[in-house]
Amino acid sequence: MSKQINVALIGNPNTGKTSVFNALTGLNQKVGNYPGITVEKKEGICKLPRGVKAHIIDLPGTYSLNASSLDENVVIELLLNKNDKDYPDVAVVVSDVENLKRNLLLFTQIKDLQIPTILVINMSDRMAYKGISLDIEYLEKELNTKIALISTRKNKGIQELKELITHYKELSSEPCLNASTIDKSYFDNLRKAFPNQLLYKLWLVITQDVNFGKTDRKTIEAVEDFKTKSNADLKRLQQKETIKRYQFINETLKKGQTIDLNSAKDLRIKLDRILTHKVWGYLIFGVILLLIFQAIYDWSSVPMDFIDSSFASLSEWTKNTLPEGAFTNLLAEGIISGLGGIVIFIPQIAFLFLFISILEESGYMSRVVFLMDRIMRRFGLSGKSVVPLISGTACAIPAIMATRNIESWKERLITILVTPFTTCSARLPVYLIIIALVIPEGRFLGFISYQALTLMLLYLIGFGAAVGSAWILNKIMNFKSKSFFVVEMPNYKLPLFKNVALTVIEKTKAFVFGAGKIILAISIILWFLASYGPGDNFNKAESIVTEKFASENLSEDELHQKIESHKLEHSFIGIAGHAIEPAIRPLGYDWKIGIAIVSSFAAREVFVGTLATIYSVGSDEEETIKNRMAGEVNPILGGPLFNFASGISLLLFYAFAMQCMSTLAIVKKETNSWKWPMYQLVIMSAFAYIVALVAYQILI
Amino acid sequence: MTLADLKRGQQGIITDVSSIHIPLKLLEMGCLPGNLVELVQVAPFADPMYLNINGSHLAIRKETAIHILIETTNE
Repeated sequence: MSKQINVALIGNPNTGKTSVFNALTGLNQKVGNYPGITVEKKEGICKLPRGVKAHIIDLPGTYSLNASSLDENVVIELLLNKNDKDYPDVAVVVSDVENLKRNLLLFTQIKDLQIPTILVINMSDRMAYKGISLDIEYLEKELNTKIALISTRKNKGIQELKELITHYKELSSEPCLNASTIDKSYFDNLRKAFPNQLLYKLWLVITQDVNFGKTDRKTIEAVEDFKTKSNADLKRLQQKETIKRYQFINETLKKGQTIDLNSAKDLRIKLDRILTHKVWGYLIFGVILLLIFQAIYDWSSVPMDFIDSSFASLSEWTKNTLPEGAFTNLLAEGIISGLGGIVIFIPQIAFLFLFISILEESGYMSRVVFLMDRIMRRFGLSGKSVVPLISGTACAIPAIMATRNIESWKERLITILVTPFTTCSARLPVYLIIIALVIPEGRFLGFISYQALTLMLLYLIGFGAAVGSAWILNKIMNFKSKSFFVVEMPNYKLPLFKNVALTVIEKTKAFVFGAGKIILAISIILWFLASYGPGDNFNKAESIVTEKFASENLSEDELHQKIESHKLEHSFIGIAGHAIEPAIRPLGYDWKIGIAIVSSFAAREVFVGTLATIYSVGSDEEETIKNRMAGEVNPILGGPLFNFASGISLLLFYAFAMQCMSTLAIVKKETNSWKWPMYQLVIMSAFAYIVALVAYQILI
Repeated sequence: MTLADLKRGQQGIITDVSSIHIPLKLLEMGCLPGNLVELVQVAPFADPMYLNINGSHLAIRKETAIHILIETTNE
């Protein structure tokens, strides 16, 4: 087996680094996590000329090797650790032709690490448009590297890049400037103390406080005769270093790059005048949100209905085709329904990420952050939290996955934790049926129906709970990492279809194979608990019920419904419903509602279906269930069970409770720990319980 | 004057940055003494500020901008 070449793609954000990665690897890529942290690790295989293979790793975007976030730390940790199995044989630094000056800063740092380096200048198709011309030969000589001028948009230069990677052994690994002149005596001392180490590496270790191998800041500073420096001094030196690097870059570009401003055109100014405008900017963003909302709420219902009915008929078919028995039931009602419960989310996830990746790729997302930052900042959220919070109104699962592009871990975690408060579409069936039962039909001020008003209030309550709890979390959560707000406002670009498609595929896969496993496991458990029960009451349900109703001359269908209802009551879940009755009675609920609450942990909308089974209505028609519910009598107080007080209490309970195993599963995946979903489950449910209790006790 | 005093569309030259208050990242993006800066756009309440520093377009908060000293250029 021939040895693979390890290639690391490094570059500033917004340089099209991911496009280069996609162009090199196509579908031969996989996305995982770095061990123990939630930073995405993208790697892929690229076939090079002459049968050589390259293992390509797409490192997180960074502006320099001075890391300020977990993502950026990944880059420096890999580049400092020669023993890492991913340590690159060749570094490919991706830059954007329009921001060459800034992009070269990172390039000069990589060169100082003495790794063979190729400079990719991407978006070369924009050169004529921007009036830029480059003297490649001169730049290659000054920067001591090989340059690949490419355009991922026009698919140009990729072959040349592959050639350069194949011949990586011919690349220079010498630095292109000497940064140690910023404090000669300090660096001379450093060299004397560690003659075998790379000077720039030592410098990075000192300033970053990271360790690689056996060297860390303390061991360096413990060396005798070595003068340590205060943090302020180090920072001043870093500033000097940056200025030094820019001097070199400016001089190089003065000769190597000419920009004819007369022929440069700028779409950015015109677009920004509208898109970041104090009025138009918000209006346009509102329209875009409305569109996203429409897509996940409305358009995705077509494929979702299709998936729903397909899995239902598959389950039916399995039951009718296979021989009767426990295994068939498990397959048909447990596994197939469980799988259906995962696949059903795919349309919403795909739609949301279609929009999000278009917004990201086009450069518009940075404008959203710019517009929303001040408002969201007060609650400890980021401008980028807006999209997850709004999409949470459709479904919390894609919304939580969408928090990945929030750089600050604290802001991202808060967004993940509060998103489930927003009113997702699964709460809607529950809300609708209870509102219809307990809210009078009249109109407020003659034209707004009370029922519509209640529904709107519930949405507002959900959003208020999300924002309010974000505010509290921001106050109580202590994070050491100080986050600075520096957001690049990239050029506007037409999104590349390939990048958008790959994002959608990758996010969908991440959901199905990540959270999907947990969802499937829990739904099989829930199915088991609802389908089996202890003792004669469950196992001899048929004879008991038949005997009981023998005198009433029921039709076969009616009898069957009575049996199902009896079975559910005495199943494990039914027993759980009975068991929690004392706890939920002060909220105005009986054990039947208890069963519905327990089983709606699979998905909130199951509430309605479960009540239908318990009341043995045998029909999913909302009207029928509603009428049956209206006739329920409170076993202790008499009077209707679903009155204004218990109705409001139930609505509030559903507004706040964390009753969705799929959300818990995705939070587990995104935070890489069970700690946060468990907090959500306990705190949200306790809060829901208290609010529902207070509401019922006041209203009764 | 500081960068926070700049009006929309105005330009200035950076004269000094307080390296204790300014993240290194901002310096690395070109916010260094001697470089030209233009205020492209402001969000409501003049915060955050959308700047063009030395050809880099970026947005920073007002709390950061007050630590960057500038001189306005006469147009």
